[in-house]
Parts: sequence; C-alpha cells; structure tokens
Amino acid sequence: MFTKILIANRGEIACRVIKTARKMGIKTVAVYSDADIDALHKEMADEAVHIGPAPAAQSYLLIDKVIAAAKETGAEAVHPGYGFLSENPAFAEALAAAGIAFIGPNIEAIRAMGDKIESKKFAAKAKVSTVPGDLGVIKDAADAVKIADKIGYPVMIKASAGGGGKGMRIARSASEVEQGFNSSKSEAKSSFGDDRVFIEKFIENPRHIEIQVLGDKHGSVVHLFERECSIQRRNQKVIEEAPSPFLDAATREAMGAQAVALAQAVNYESAGTVEFIVDQDRNFYFLEMNTRLQVEHPVTELITGVDLVEQMIRVAAGEPLPFNQSQLGITGWALESRVYAEDPVRNFLPSIGRLVRYRPPAEGTQGGLTVRNDTGVYEGGEISIYYDPMIAKLVTHGPTRDAAIGEMSRALDAFYIDGIRHNIPFLSAIMQHPRWRSGALSTGFIAEEFPDGFAPRGPEGAELETLACVAAAIDHLSNERRRRISGQMQGDPVRFTDLRVVELGKERVALRVSGTLGEPVTVSFGAGNGSARSVTAVSDWWPGDPVWHGTLGGDAISVQVRPILNGVELTYAGIVVPVRVYTEREAELAALMPEKKLADTSKTLRCPMPGLVRAIDVIVGQEVKVGETLCTVEAMKMENILRAERDATVKSIKAKPGDSLAVDAVIMEFV
Amino acid sequence: MKQVVEELARRRANARLGGGEKRIDAQHKRGKLTARERIELLLDDKSFEEYGMYVEHRCTDFGMAETKIPGDGVITGWGTINGRTVYIFAKDFTVFGGSLSEAHAQKIMKIQDMALRSRAPVIGLFDAGGARIQEGVAALGGYGEVFLRNVISSGVIPQISVIMGPCAGGDVYSPAMTDFIFMVKDTSYMFVTGPDVVKTVTNEEVTAEELGGASIHTTRSSIADHAYDNDVECLLQMRRLMDFLPSNNQSGVPVVPTEDRFDRSEPSLDTLIPDNPNKPYDIKELILKVADEGDFFEIQQAYARNIVTGFGRIEGHTVGFVANQPMVLAGVLDSDASRKAARFVRFCDCFNIPIITFVDVPGFLPGTAQEYGGLIKHGAKLLFAFAEATVPKVTLITRKAYGGAYDVMSSKHIRGDVNYAWPTAEIAVMGPKGAAEILYRSELGNPEKLAARVKEYQDRFANPFVAAERGYIDEVIMPRNTRTRIARALNMLRSKTVESPWKKHDNIPL
Repeated sequence: MFTKILIANRGEIACRVIKTARKMGIKTVAVYSDADIDALHKEMADEAVHIGPAPAAQSYLLIDKVIAAAKETGAEAVHPGYGFLSENPAFAEALAAAGIAFIGPNIEAIRAMGDKIESKKFAAKAKVSTVPGDLGVIKDAADAVKIADKIGYPVMIKASAGGGGKGMRIARSASEVEQGFNSSKSEAKSSFGDDRVFIEKFIENPRHIEIQVLGDKHGSVVHLFERECSIQRRNQKVIEEAPSPFLDAATREAMGAQAVALAQAVNYESAGTVEFIVDQDRNFYFLEMNTRLQVEHPVTELITGVDLVEQMIRVAAGEPLPFNQSQLGITGWALESRVYAEDPVRNFLPSIGRLVRYRPPAEGTQGGLTVRNDTGVYEGGEISIYYDPMIAKLVTHGPTRDAAIGEMSRALDAFYIDGIRHNIPFLSAIMQHPRWRSGALSTGFIAEEFPDGFAPRGPEGAELETLACVAAAIDHLSNERRRRISGQMQGDPVRFTDLRVVELGKERVALRVSGTLGEPVTVSFGAGNGSARSVTAVSDWWPGDPVWHGTLGGDAISVQVRPILNGVELTYAGIVVPVRVYTEREAELAALMPEKKLADTSKTLRCPMPGLVRAIDVIVGQEVKVGETLCTVEAMKMENILRAERDATVKSIKAKPGDSLAVDAVIMEFV
Repeated sequence: MKQVVEELARRRANARLGGGEKRIDAQHKRGKLTARERIELLLDDKSFEEYGMYVEHRCTDFGMAETKIPGDGVITGWGTINGRTVYIFAKDFTVFGGSLSEAHAQKIMKIQDMALRSRAPVIGLFDAGGARIQEGVAALGGYGEVFLRNVISSGVIPQISVIMGPCAGGDVYSPAMTDFIFMVKDTSYMFVTGPDVVKTVTNEEVTAEELGGASIHTTRSSIADHAYDNDVECLLQMRRLMDFLPSNNQSGVPVVPTEDRFDRSEPSLDTLIPDNPNKPYDIKELILKVADEGDFFEIQQAYARNIVTGFGRIEGHTVGFVANQPMVLAGVLDSDASRKAARFVRFCDCFNIPIITFVDVPGFLPGTAQEYGGLIKHGAKLLFAFAEATVPKVTLITRKAYGGAYDVMSSKHIRGDVNYAWPTAEIAVMGPKGAAEILYRSELGNPEKLAARVKEYQDRFANPFVAAERGYIDEVIMPRNTRTRIARALNMLRSKTVESPWKKHDNIPL
C-alpha cells in the first residue's frame, strides 16, 4: 500500500479523497493555486505544494507542475479526482514515465473511452446497445425514409457538421422524414456550408441512468448498480439518486452486465461510470463511459456501503477487489443535491464572493437516516470566479425514496448560506415537487416544470400555520426577553396582550401565543370561532441563530431566519417569505399604511466617489441584470466595483478607463 | 356624583376625537396615522397617561375665540417602552394643523420639565404646520421656551424627534437640538422656509420633497439619522432604539438578558481581511459578528457611508460602534464622516455608553473640496470628541491606520483604554509606496530600486508590532477571538472613572 499520495485537484473532491486516505493511514499532499491559498483542501492535507496562478490552465492543468510536486514530496501515487487532468491520457503517461502510480484506469482505457467513435466501436464489440442509427451519408429523401423505417420512429435527422440545434429535425412518420430531410439539408447547407445529414433514433423523454463499475488489476470487474441523474439543467446535473425509481430488476441486471462487459473490453481496473440514456419503455442506449470517479459517486457509496475512493486506491496498489458481484446489494435509497453558487432567481447567474455565513446541516446517521455533506469550503472562505461554482454536495440516505427525500428537504432547510447567492431554495422546491416525488422523470424535467425560471413561492395552506407558529415563537421569545430589560418601573409589571396577527407576505394568520422564557411556546389558532387548536413549539433557538431547529406539535422542523426591519425573513421548503408579527392593534394600523411603490431607481450610474476609472465592463446597448458588474473605479488605491442596481439596458457610456472622475460624475446612462 | 363622572367621560371622549372623524380620515388618506394611534404604537399597551387633555388656547383674535378644540393640537403625557418610562408629545395634525400656540407650547414645556426632573427620555412626534399665525408673538415666545428646555436637557436625558409630517419654520429647531431625528419617507419634510418663500426670495423652483424630504436629510444634509417607509415601521423601530438608550446620563446603560456567549468564537473573521491590500471588505460583517445576536442599530446609515456608527450590545450592555468602512471610499476620513462620527461619539460619552472603534483608515481625504470645506476643523471635531470622551474606549485596528487618522481613531494617545490590533494591522505614517517615494526621492527614476525601498518600508511598518513594541497597541489578537477580547475589556472597564479638571464647558471646534 502507498504511504503518501498526491491529490491533483481542489475543492470538495480533494477533501473527499483526503478523508479516505487519512482513514487508511496514508499521508496526503495537496496542490493549490494562488486563489486557493486559504482553501480547505490545502488545510486538510498533510503537505501542500503551490503550483501557480489562479487560472486552472496555469496551475491545476499543468502536468509538469503536478508531477514535480509529487516528486518533491515523495508521493507514490496521484489521485486525479474528477475534471482537470482526470481523463487526460497524457497525464497518466507522464506519471507512468515518472514512476508514479495513477489512481485510475490504464492509459488505453482512458484513450479508448475518451474518443466518441472509438468508444462506440468498443461498445458494439462488447454487445452494448447503442442508439440505433446510420452514420452513413444519405443520398436522397427516399433513402432517408428507408433508413428511418429500418430504425423505427420517431427518428432524428441531424446535420453531420451540426451543432446548436441547427439542421435538426424530429420525424414521426415517413412523410415527416421526407420533409425533414429536405429542410434539414438546406438548413445545414446555409448554416455550415455542408449539407450532409444522418439519421438516428430519437429517444423521447429520455432518462439519464448510469452504471458504476469497479475493476482490479486481476481481471475482476463488478458493477455497483445504477444512479439516475435525470434532473439536469442545461446538461448540468443538479440532483442524482441511487437506485433509479425507474429500473426493474431485469433492466438493472441487463444494464449492469453490459457495463461490466464494456469495462472488461478495455481491461478496466479502477472506478468508472458507463452512462446510458433510457427511454420511457426501459430501452437503454450507451452514451459514453467516464474513466474517473464521478461527482455523484456518494449516492452509490451510501446504498452499497463501499468506499469507492478506498477501492480505487487499493486496486491502484495492486490489491484484488474484496468482493464479487454476488456480495454486492442495494440497501435503502440515496439522493444527492448539488449546491451551487448561482442565483436561481436571476437565471442561475453565477455568484462569487465571500461566504459570510456557511452552516451546513449536521452530518451523521440518526434513526436510519443519514446526512452527508461533501464540501471544500468553510465559513469565511471565498467562492472565486476561477473554478466550478459548486459549493457542496448534500447527500441523504434512508430506507425508502420517500424517507431520503424527506431527509433531504430537512437538510436543505437547515443549510444556511449568506454572502453569495445559491440554489438551495431551488433544490428545496424540487424536493417538494409532486412529479419529482412520483419519480416520473426525464432529462427535460427542469425545462418542463420551470419553463419561466425559478421564483421562490409564498407559503400556502398548512405551511401558513407552520411558518406563523415559528414566527410567533421567535417573536414571543424576543418580546419576553426584551421585557426583562433593566431599569423598568416598579410595581405592576407591564402586561402585554397575547393575541397576534402574523403577516406572511400578503397573508395574515391570527393566533394566540403564550409561554415564559425558557419554556415551550404554545400557539393557538381559531380562538375566536370556538375551534381552537394548540400547537406547542419547542426549540432552543435564540436571537442571532441562523436556523430555528425545533418541533411543532412534536414534528421536527428547521426554518432559516434572517432578521429584517421589524420582522424576520423565513426560508423553508423552497419558500422565502418576509414575516412580521403584530399585535391586533398594530396589524389594524399597519393595514392603513399605503403600499410603497418601488423607489424610482435612477437612470444614470454616477461615480460615488472621486476616483479613477479602471475598467468599463459593459458596452452600449448591452442588457445588464441586477448585480452585474458595470465598471470598476479606483479610489484611495482601492478598487470599487459598481454594479447594476436593477435590470437595464445601457444607453450610453460617458467615461472610459483612465478617466479621473469627480463624485457624482455620470459614468453611464440606461434606457 | 355619577353625573360628574359621566361628564368626565364625555369630555375625554370629546378630546380623543381631536379634529373629528373627517380630519382623521384625511390623515389616514395621506398615509399617516393620527397622533393617538402613533402613541399607541410607540408605547406599551395601555401605559399612556395623558396630561393636558383639556387645555385650550386663549387667543381671541381673528375669530379664534369661537374655535377651540381640547388639547390644542398636541397630545402630551408619559408611558413606558418595555416597562421603562418615557415622556412624549405628539403633534395632532387634525387640530389646527398641529400648529403651535402659546397654550400648545406650554403643554410641551410641562412635559419637558417633568422629563428632566424625573430623568427620563422625551420623544417628540412632529406633524404640524408651524406657528399658529393668529397668535403672533405669543407663539414665537412659546418656541423659544421649548428650545431652551431642549438645551437644558441636552446631555442629561435622551431627546428623540420623529418627523411624521410637515415640520417647518420654528418647528424645525426643537428637533434640531435633540439627539436624534428620524423621518418617514414620502410623508414628512423639514425646512426652515418652504418652497413658496424660496420661490419669492431666490426664484428657485423646488418641491417640498426636494427641499426637505427624507431622502435629502438622510443622504445630503445629514439632518435626519434615518428614514422609514411608514409610520408603523418607524414607531416599532423607535421602540427598538429606546431599548438601547439609557434613561439619563447617570442611569447607566440598559441591560437585556442574552444567551449569546461572550466567548463566542468566529473563525471566519480570520479571513475577513483580503490578501490584496487594495481590496475592500465589509466592516459591518465584523460589527454583526461581534455584537450580541448580530443586533445593530445603525445611525446615519445613508450619510457619509465611509464611516459606520450605531448601537449594539455586548453581554447585554449597550455599546456604540464607530468603524471605518473600507467598502466606501476606502474608509477615508472626510469632513462629513468626521462630523457624523464626532456627534455619535459625543452622544455615547454623554450617556455613558462605551465606545468600540474599528479602524481601517487610509488617512484624510486630500483635495481642494475638502480643504476649502474646512476638513481641518471637521476632522478636529472627531479628534476632540474621542479625546474628551471618558467612557470605556476599546479600539481595534483591523488593517490600515495611517497618518493623523491613526491618532484620531480613538488611539492610545488620546486615552484609548484598550487598544487591540489584528495581525493584519499596518500602523504607519502613510502607505509604503508613498513613504518610499518621499524618503528616496532621488531613486524615483529607478523603479527597481524604488520597489525594493517600498518592500523595505512595508516589511518594517506594515505590521502591528512596531506600534506594539512602543505600547501603542496593548495586544495583537486573533481575529476569531475579537468578541471575547472586547467583552472582557469592557467588563474590566465597567467601573472606569476619570477625573477631569474643572471647566465651564469645553470649546469643541464647531
């Protein structure tokens, strides 16, 4: 076994690998760029080597630097993680030349599977089912119909030189093929100057399901069942699960067998993933094979109990797999949510900056439910522009899919991040989505269910009472405590009414609240109409705590709390709502207040300070979204980034880099 | 007997109606609450005791003898906010437009006198049309008497003014002499002379909002300390503010029980200062992570944002925070920032509120605009205020403390009690580049040599230890332990006493 390994990666995956190495008693070496001087993976490793400036092309992608770092520290093997150099055959070759072990498959396998044509050939040889089609060039419409008839409808006509949907046609009948063939051909001609087209089977409402395989240097290959990754946004996976709610035992076995056959065809001897698309009749077709550890590997680990990183290291060191196929099974259900630094409300625009607050949910197993959070960041850390915007992978496991979803919802509710925008409300909204819960998925799920993008919703039905309870408990605690302020009048203490009106966005809920400081709060509804119900809210929440953890009538619940003027903003199950708790009289008077129109935002960007224009980041006519960088002004030797305060279009730009501006000088105007 | 009691009830009901239903509705239509509704929101439930309910004016000119309304346009009395006594007067716009008569002024004076005698704060709610013209000089006299009481009470009891409607002419000077002024957006304005007079005298066309609306007074004139969206929001925030303020200059600060531990560690503060010295960071993150429960009541949030001032608590006790804000103008001290902070520091000192100062200041803002505008004297105000303050003063230098601004920002030399620095602190006469360019003027043509000089200066002074070696810094602390260290320092200083030489009063450079 190795005594020291280097991890040629950063972020959560580097941390993930270090954890297992540490468990195995192996020393670890991290590499880091200028942007990662304070990064978690650098802190966690036993040693760390600086390998260059922030851009990956000048650091994490430099084979020489990584190998030099391994030599310098005496690392005997390198784990590449995913991305960066993980599927680069040149890297594996260079390591071999340097006499350092690569914790991954052999070079030929990487090369074969990295090539689209080559991998299809291997797949065909291993009798893996591929998307039916004819890669040959089609002569005329009649020829096209003939081929389409053979493949079976529907089919997709694609431009050979294609891309971006140009020259693509779906045809469901012979006549549509004729039409589609001609229009596709002319469109291909005009778009690419190349009118060659080919025909492939069109998979309707496909699901993305992949098989995890694991091989050793002694010829054994097993599969560790499937993962379904159909919840994607623009080909970016968002939520993954294992097993798939769609596969039956026969399909699972067939897919597993094909995946193993393909792996064996390339003498696979590490962890890898064979990706398939599956149509709604459970026909599956080979897509590609990833010759590395996959981002979503934790869900497989949780249902099989196998530490994939550990097995990768062991097989790389020449150990045989400690199990055979019959010893592997599926236990329970696991889900993974990818927490990204992107703003779901603003078309998933990336968000960078300081993690002012970062409080992930508690990890561990309790009552058969597991929460795991793979992350590479910490509170006070920085999300930089240079790398992947993934903050964390939140993984839950439970005996059933419903249990795993329930646990994921709770874990997301408890996941508190401030300082940057993130997609947790969006992930929570998916967890609540009936179609997701029913398992009726396809890769079009997000596009179909969120056609106009995402906006957090307000509370409805029972959620109104739930959030009203939490808000009332929070308000009651704050009041009770404030009323213990020193310097009060002697004698009869001031009494406060216990009737409250909770304003949640535009909704109002009347309730009665009681309980002394340090004891559970009792909230009653419907006191007026004779159908009073009481809910006991138990929590050790204290003002300043970011998350209200507690029970309502015995049910555990986590709600995020952010102070706003005279109230709190609550975040729960994809809901984000401002809440104010009023006495009846306050509510009556608040109702008299006119609704404020949004403040008139100025149509000009003015220089907020005397300074030097460093950069103008937009051009005339450009549409800018709120928060987008408009320009940088240097004042007192400090760079100040001026951002758009609302969505707008740039009408004119009055300043240029190098200009010295007075305060309030107009920099640009908006339409 | 019963008849007499009924008569009382009738008179009360009559007085409570103020200017009548119609005027109350009109008030609501303008988006404003009535004076009584405002008092209800501001004070604890049923705690208001009204005095002077039956007072009527004594004017007989211009037919005024026939129009008398009990209360005469102002509601006065006292009540409690979370059990603590406050005195209150609220102008009633439904009665003679809230205008000030001799009798109206006397009601306010009575409240001011009682508040001073019993050492409790006064809150005035303004929504009025100025002096009652029918009364002439009697009204002016009334103003003067109110002003005098504002001055006598100043520094003894907190005085708060909330502008919730028009406030013009003679009405503006009473708020101007109180400790804090708050406004309500869109419904309130303040000016000495209104748009009509402005037009007549200077030919300038201007609306009331442009002349003295909340946005002007919170961002440009600095007259108002904050503005709120509406009456309800504003008054509930006034309750919050009063929980921070002492009742008088001898009561000590109020204490609110908390479970936020004094030794709460904040590891994320270790990375608050960016690696690049030219990159800004938000000093409010430090304030929010140090203060109890992240609760911070900011004063003058929209004005001179290069310095942050406001109230928070440490271990339940009120403190005042003063902090340079690197996010705005690199946190430089200019005239506006100096005046803003100076006034805040003096308020804290008046009422025994300890001052916590966070320093990241590149110096004073250079330029003709500043110098012509009297930067020397405005900067001196802050220096004076910090130096004369005898309350506990804990200072933390997070990054830059350059030049004279270092001295000003509650340094050891002007009686800072405990002066901390983070390891990232740089205490020097100026930045390394500027210093090297002056020291090695002859090498200016040689960028390589100069760079070496800059590095030399940086290595020597871009750290807190040169100052610590001289004792100007008491201790260099781990950023994550900032709350603990400040809490312990404040605890240690709780019975701080300073003897000052007898003087009538000082002569701060106004």
